[in-house]
Amino acid sequence: MKRRDFIQLTGMGAAGAAMLTGIPEMGMGHAISPERALEVIDPALKKRIADVALNAARSKGATYTDVRIGRYLNQFVVTREDKVQNIVNTESYGAGIRVIANGGWGFAATDKMDNDSIAKAAELAVAIAKENSRLLTEPVQLAPQKGYGEVSWKAPIEKNAFEVPMKEKVDLLLNVNSVAMKGGADYITSLLFLINEQKYFASTDGSYIDQDIHRIWPAFFITAIDKASGKFETRNTLSAPMGMGYEYLNARPQDKITGGPTTLFKGRYDMFEDARLGGLQAKEKLTAKSVEPGKYDLVLDPSHLWLTIHESVGHPTELDRVLGYEANFAGTSFLTLDKWESKKFNFGNKLVNIVADKTQVGSLGAVGYDDEGVQCGKWDIIKDGILVNYQVIRDQAHILGLKASQGCCYSQNWADVQFQRMPNISLQPGKEKKSVDDLIKGVEKGIYIIGDGSFSIDQQRFNFQFGGQLFYEIKNGKIAGMLKDVAYQSNTQEFWNSCAGIADESDYRLGGAFGDGKGQPPQSNSVSHGSSTTRFNGVNVINTARKIG
Amino acid sequence: MLILTKEEAQALMKKVLAFSKADECEVNLTGSNAGNVRYARNSVSTSGGISQMSLAVASAFGKKLGIATINELDDASLEKVVRRSEELAQLAPENPEFVSFLGPQKYAEPVTFIPATAAITPKLRADNVAASLKVARDAKAIAAGFLEDNSGFSAMMNSHGLFAYNTTTYTNFSITVRTEDGKGSGYATRGFNDVAKLDTKAATEIAIEKAVKSATAKAIEPGKYTVILEPAAAAVLLENIFFALDARQADEGRSFLSLPGGKTRQGEKLMDERVNIYSDPLNPELPTSTWTNDGRPQEKTTWIEKGVVKNLTFSRYWAEKKGVKGIPSPDAFIMEGGTKSVAELIKGTKKGILVTRLWYIRTVDPQSLLLTGLTRDGTFYIENGEIKYPIKNFRFNESPIIMLNNLEELGKVERTVSVESNTNYLLPPLKIRDFTFSSLSDAV
Repeated sequence: MKRRDFIQLTGMGAAGAAMLTGIPEMGMGHAISPERALEVIDPALKKRIADVALNAARSKGATYTDVRIGRYLNQFVVTREDKVQNIVNTESYGAGIRVIANGGWGFAATDKMDNDSIAKAAELAVAIAKENSRLLTEPVQLAPQKGYGEVSWKAPIEKNAFEVPMKEKVDLLLNVNSVAMKGGADYITSLLFLINEQKYFASTDGSYIDQDIHRIWPAFFITAIDKASGKFETRNTLSAPMGMGYEYLNARPQDKITGGPTTLFKGRYDMFEDARLGGLQAKEKLTAKSVEPGKYDLVLDPSHLWLTIHESVGHPTELDRVLGYEANFAGTSFLTLDKWESKKFNFGNKLVNIVADKTQVGSLGAVGYDDEGVQCGKWDIIKDGILVNYQVIRDQAHILGLKASQGCCYSQNWADVQFQRMPNISLQPGKEKKSVDDLIKGVEKGIYIIGDGSFSIDQQRFNFQFGGQLFYEIKNGKIAGMLKDVAYQSNTQEFWNSCAGIADESDYRLGGAFGDGKGQPPQSNSVSHGSSTTRFNGVNVINTARKIG
Repeated sequence: MLILTKEEAQALMKKVLAFSKADECEVNLTGSNAGNVRYARNSVSTSGGISQMSLAVASAFGKKLGIATINELDDASLEKVVRRSEELAQLAPENPEFVSFLGPQKYAEPVTFIPATAAITPKLRADNVAASLKVARDAKAIAAGFLEDNSGFSAMMNSHGLFAYNTTTYTNFSITVRTEDGKGSGYATRGFNDVAKLDTKAATEIAIEKAVKSATAKAIEPGKYTVILEPAAAAVLLENIFFALDARQADEGRSFLSLPGGKTRQGEKLMDERVNIYSDPLNPELPTSTWTNDGRPQEKTTWIEKGVVKNLTFSRYWAEKKGVKGIPSPDAFIMEGGTKSVAELIKGTKKGILVTRLWYIRTVDPQSLLLTGLTRDGTFYIENGEIKYPIKNFRFNESPIIMLNNLEELGKVERTVSVESNTNYLLPPLKIRDFTFSSLSDAV
């Protein structure tokens, strides 16, 4: 789904959605009844279909084949103010077949699941591979991968959100809208977006992998208007999309962080409380002080910092970008291979430790195996500030001298070819005991930023600019009041070398997005980024207020 | 193969409507054949082909609406999808914003389908890519590109007697060429309904020239500069105006078009009087559908005339609530231009910056439509009517509304593609004074 289609689906309009970061780019599939989403397909049937494809491709000359049989379920519940705007259930079911023939990749997909159609798609994939091999400069080199036989993996959720009655979901969202409007919101759109990927992978390596993945994103978007001046301000949800079931919405006292300027959420989310505060804060923003541009020390909450990590660490360490495969669209990377080979490139200072992890419970990237049948794990990307590794799939491993893939292969749907996508990339918490208050206490002139906002970064990931949802001025170690019109600009390496303190692991939280876009045609990836609250010194802050007309 | 004729589509949808027991029923039917080839590092990386057909049935009981979709078209499946949409409608809460489906409409005959594009073969795609790769390899440069094409039909029919049918084809091509040392990068993009107009070799040669010439970039101070935005760069800024013309957002007070007290800027002069923006589904250079997927006719419409906001876009619900006809959002926009080429605009510029492409455009403030983003793939300093040297890329923070008040000159209109939305437009290159660059980027 394109950004524009999502805006249309939610009826938010371009202005309402302007700050939206979690917008998905996924194939929508067909509309179904809610009950149908609870059905499952027998793995034995999927194995039979997979074997038809593997045999057909082999008989036409493929030297490697993998088959992904996917059932992708989405549910959207969208409300605004006092009404339900849209309830959509979709299902997309089909098979994607990828082969190597004559040394080149070929891919074809079909939603017709009879033996004949599957065999034809496999044959088409081989024909495309052979056609493409004419234009190759070198054959594909695939890192060896053992077959796992018949295995399965299920996300460890407590409550399947697709099983929760629609009325309960609608009531939650309408209550959220009502409390936000009582606090000062003039308009609010709220939504629940659920995903269930039931995917089956089989390959000529001898793996037959059945996986069940669940994701949830509750979100709202508030606008408050000053009718006299015609000015308006927005305040978006502080939730994170998660790899969880409906339990994400059942926040217990221990899941809330209070005592700061707003309630923050750890692991679980209280949508009602966030909306109650959101309505008040949107209104407060209308009269908040406009920021004085200049250098500030920034204290960044994990609900904000995840996006800066995503853009400035996640993307430049994607090996396909480093190598030039994304040059025409997403871009390349400043983290060229020579910087990695030197083993002394100071990406950040010694406080900065960044880890890639496809196993983190509750995260969006967590799976048992990736979309080319590689069991997932965890590895260092930045160690004590030094660039030590990238994100790698099977046909890239030899470039780094690795003997195996790191399991970073993903496709948004059966109909799209899998390629290198970002695993969860997270900043490790500070090793010494340190609270958010401790961080703020040491700041003379700073800004505390909560929530993600506008975001933009260049095609090699040097220069970036980020906004946020809530901005609080820090004066002499104390929070001095709300600011608005804040955005900060920096350079990736300079920024991570200005890191001046990271709160300890008791503050560690995940943020993330459903809609990380890459590739042509574009595909969406879901990924989480964890961190504790972190301080950066002397960052350039601009004022974004302008006048037109 | 999947492109049904008007008669076939009509017969199929009549059959669907015959199964309906709802108060109202509307059917949308689409089918397409799409293909693409992607390449990078002077070699093909991925390519794919997908054919699909989809039938969507919307059933309404009072203000309760249910929609179901299917891709199997036998009689049993057709009945099943109608029943499913009716079940979903019965389960749905009442939607106070539901508007009854339209009755019969009159549409102009569309001109969006070119048989040659519908007849593209994998070999033609490979030949087009091979032509691009050859010039890049010959120039010892590194090419990454994407070629895609699509041919399809769409049709709709409802229980009030409305029927609409259209066929369409398009091809989009984009190419980035980098020098071997990674110090220079150039870009070109093309979009057509007719594949015969696509010259991948010529577009690649432009990207090569920009890559080579941009290789020794100097850093100059950020600040306000006169810029010449090539159409591909103008597109990603201007479309943020096009997408934000919604009347409801303006009336509700949360748009750059809102004024205090629930008023809007419709009728107000908001930009330079040489700014004229319209849409025309029958424009031969950029034809689009003559109807929308809710059945409304698409007609030639003026959006900005002599800098004045003439029209806003309306959903059917908001039009009914406001008691107006309510024009839908068009599929493409056209901006009037002048007679000068980019080269002639450069010749007439004392000091300025030529921008090939802008990238990662995001709204910073919806109130002023302030946008941020960066230059990319060919940025050059102009002095005394000549390109003097390549310069390092900049981040900008600028509103397209402020920009169109600082208009110096409009060049000759050409068809271009937005790298952000993949939408095609007819736009001139724009010469703008006081364009705000706020910081430098080392990116190539």
